[in-house]
Amino acid sequence: MSDIIKIKKGFDIKISGKAIEKVSSPMVSSYALKPTDYIGITPKLLVKEGDRVKAGSPVFYSKLNEKILFTSSVSGTIESIQRGDKRAIEEIIILADSTQEYEDFGTDSLASMQRENVVEKLLKSGLWTLIRQRPYSTIPNSEVQPKCIIVKGFDSSPLGADYNFLLKGKGTDLQLGVDVLRKLTSGKIHVNISATQTTCDELLRLENVQINRFEGPHPSGNVSVQIANIDPINKGDIIWYIDAQDLAIVGKLFASGKLEMQKTIALVGPEVKNPQYFSVRFGACVSSIVENNVNTDKNLRYISGNILTGISISANGYIGTYDNLISVIEEGDYYEFLGWITPGIKKFSLSRTFLSGFCNLLPSKFRKPAQIDTNLHGGKRALVLTGEFEKVLPLDIYPMQLIKACIIEDIDLMEQLGIYEVDAEDFALCEVIDVSKTDIQQIIRNGLELIRKEMGE
Amino acid sequence: MKWVRNLLDNMKPNFQKGGKFPWLHSTFDAFETFAFVPKTTTTSGAHFRDALDMKRTMTMVILALMPALLFGTYNIGFQHFHSINPELSFFEGFWDNLWYGVIKILPIIVVSYVVGLSIEFGFAQWRKHDVNEGFLVTGMLIPMVMPPDVPLWQVALATAFAVVIGKEVFGGTGMNFLNPALLARAFLFFAFPSSMSGDNVWIAEKADAFSGATPLAEMMVGGNLPSTSFWDMFLGIMPGSIGETSSIAILLGAAFLIITGIGSWRITLSVFIGGALMGLTFNFFGSNPYTQIPFYYHYVMGGFMFGAVFMATDPVTAAQTNRGKWIYGILIGAMAVLIRVVNPAYPEGMMLAILLLNVFAPLIDYYVVDANIRKRVKRWKIKGGQNV
Repeated sequence: MSDIIKIKKGFDIKISGKAIEKVSSPMVSSYALKPTDYIGITPKLLVKEGDRVKAGSPVFYSKLNEKILFTSSVSGTIESIQRGDKRAIEEIIILADSTQEYEDFGTDSLASMQRENVVEKLLKSGLWTLIRQRPYSTIPNSEVQPKCIIVKGFDSSPLGADYNFLLKGKGTDLQLGVDVLRKLTSGKIHVNISATQTTCDELLRLENVQINRFEGPHPSGNVSVQIANIDPINKGDIIWYIDAQDLAIVGKLFASGKLEMQKTIALVGPEVKNPQYFSVRFGACVSSIVENNVNTDKNLRYISGNILTGISISANGYIGTYDNLISVIEEGDYYEFLGWITPGIKKFSLSRTFLSGFCNLLPSKFRKPAQIDTNLHGGKRALVLTGEFEKVLPLDIYPMQLIKACIIEDIDLMEQLGIYEVDAEDFALCEVIDVSKTDIQQIIRNGLELIRKEMGE
Repeated sequence: MKWVRNLLDNMKPNFQKGGKFPWLHSTFDAFETFAFVPKTTTTSGAHFRDALDMKRTMTMVILALMPALLFGTYNIGFQHFHSINPELSFFEGFWDNLWYGVIKILPIIVVSYVVGLSIEFGFAQWRKHDVNEGFLVTGMLIPMVMPPDVPLWQVALATAFAVVIGKEVFGGTGMNFLNPALLARAFLFFAFPSSMSGDNVWIAEKADAFSGATPLAEMMVGGNLPSTSFWDMFLGIMPGSIGETSSIAILLGAAFLIITGIGSWRITLSVFIGGALMGLTFNFFGSNPYTQIPFYYHYVMGGFMFGAVFMATDPVTAAQTNRGKWIYGILIGAMAVLIRVVNPAYPEGMMLAILLLNVFAPLIDYYVVDANIRKRVKRWKIKGGQNV
């Protein structure tokens, strides 16, 4: 057993509405593929409205890399194609059949397969899109060999799903998934788990992997933080990563030859009446999940993902490919009289300028859940305070300097300051505590995208 | 408070695009957001945000200034009556002292805020920005570093200079590299030395017979320990700039800033360390009497304490990296003592030390960040990467 890697900086935001260990299988008839889930993808459609698809049929491909196919998780009929600004495709909505039909991807023995056969099968089935790379968090180029692959085995974000529960009974699929990854790189397969949350049995039993145990507050579950501690990324390095639940799906494909994109997601948040887990297919519509299970007397925000990095969706929106959480919180569209001067016993703040801030000195299990909503709590200002971001960013990075380098679009400076080692999500806590209310994640994302385009990747 | 909200909502269209006074939009916004935290919600990134905003941050600093301001107000009155009647004890004629102080200080504060805020609002309007709250603190700091007898037109001129040349020409709050309040003081110091130095300015309407020299000036001239006792200096019962005299009031403010996390304890502590290091060095090598005073006397004389707590810690003009803050602070403390002891032209070195290090702060940060960059390049080279 490897040593425990301790992450000291960061903060666990405690809010109510953690999912209890109970899984339901809701009836969902509407599914969607959202090209916007994937960074740097320009979709080219392979279907039109009214077409029939099976589970595993390609729906669109990437314009820049035609080999990367995006497939349907269900069999059914293409109901509509939603477009946004400049006719960009936002959602491809599929109406599911009552009985599922599957494309056949074959059940050749993995041992006899070469790397290119494995890659081809993953690309064809669409499961390739579940792997992402650092830097940039894009879907990787299949011709490149990464220096290592990371399996994300826990979620440290607020109300994050319990992976021990998500992965229960998926041990065989996971091991097969690891064997698939083994074919893709000669480097190590790292399985990163939490040392403090319930020990993840299925992951601990895996063979041919290196288990890394992490302890500490969020963002200890972020891939960047883990990479920095196990195998720091340098300019030119490529590291791949995949979520453990997605890895089980990869394993299942190689075992059965069928694409069964079923995963367990959690419905969480202070506005959820009975927070719990649901077993759904990828891209499921959330309406049947949230219906009658949220406080409808309030104006609510539904988020695919966690409250720090997720994407806002409507009450009948669709869950994102990489998300296993639906968070529901209250909208904060209210005025507050002299709100900036109140003592703030009930307000959420990491600073000790509010009385509630002193409670944050306690370990998270002794704290009362914070009351949060989506109010910005102030106007946007110039960046003034210094030394705050460093407290919640457990990376050897100068955050303020990097943010400013991204704003002025100085690529050389961004590289020097370590842009390849980070992703937008690492700055979520900085964004939360920022007094100037700057949209820091967007700034970092823009910086990464600028470099990616400049590099022609 | 519904009626205030309704009133504002009714007025609002007038100040928006297409209304009667769109050119007053920033001004309206400043007052509206003062009364109500806006209902804006998050649109990108994290879906919820910390309740702390710039208004509250700046309010915290103003609260931290209050003990020093209140003491300073009383001390103006006490020093005035004490110069007339040297037998007067500190609490004698309490209300007279306080009232006299209020009469003296209120106009200075009003002038500083009116002039500064007018310029800030004007620039915000012109740039179509929201009004930044930074001046709320600057506007309070400026009166506190002025001598009590300073002519009001000079306060106005200095404030205008500080805001326009010190801040707005660089892009406003967050972009300036010199502390605006100190710049205001430095402007007067060099433009109108007779209002800012000598023995006659530190006590409001001083009786002619009374010396009125500050402890620093006494040290400078006589080279002996000042006639005020250490404890009187610590409490602040001495002539000087309005807010700088009482160490204990300033330390209360410092405790507040550090507990709330708004002020940088690294900077404050390192300024004290820097002062001590330089003081001890002089004790060891020095030859004249000024070099022989205990280092902690430097803390309580003049503006050392006020500068360490309220001026050096301005996050915009200080070093921004944590390591840089230590270097920045230590150099300020050391420079301040060095200027005091060695330079015959200026009795007080704190203002110049801070302004000097304000200028050098970006350079300090440059080298601190550069070390991080070189570490990254080195790691890359070991891995076989090519030179950048």
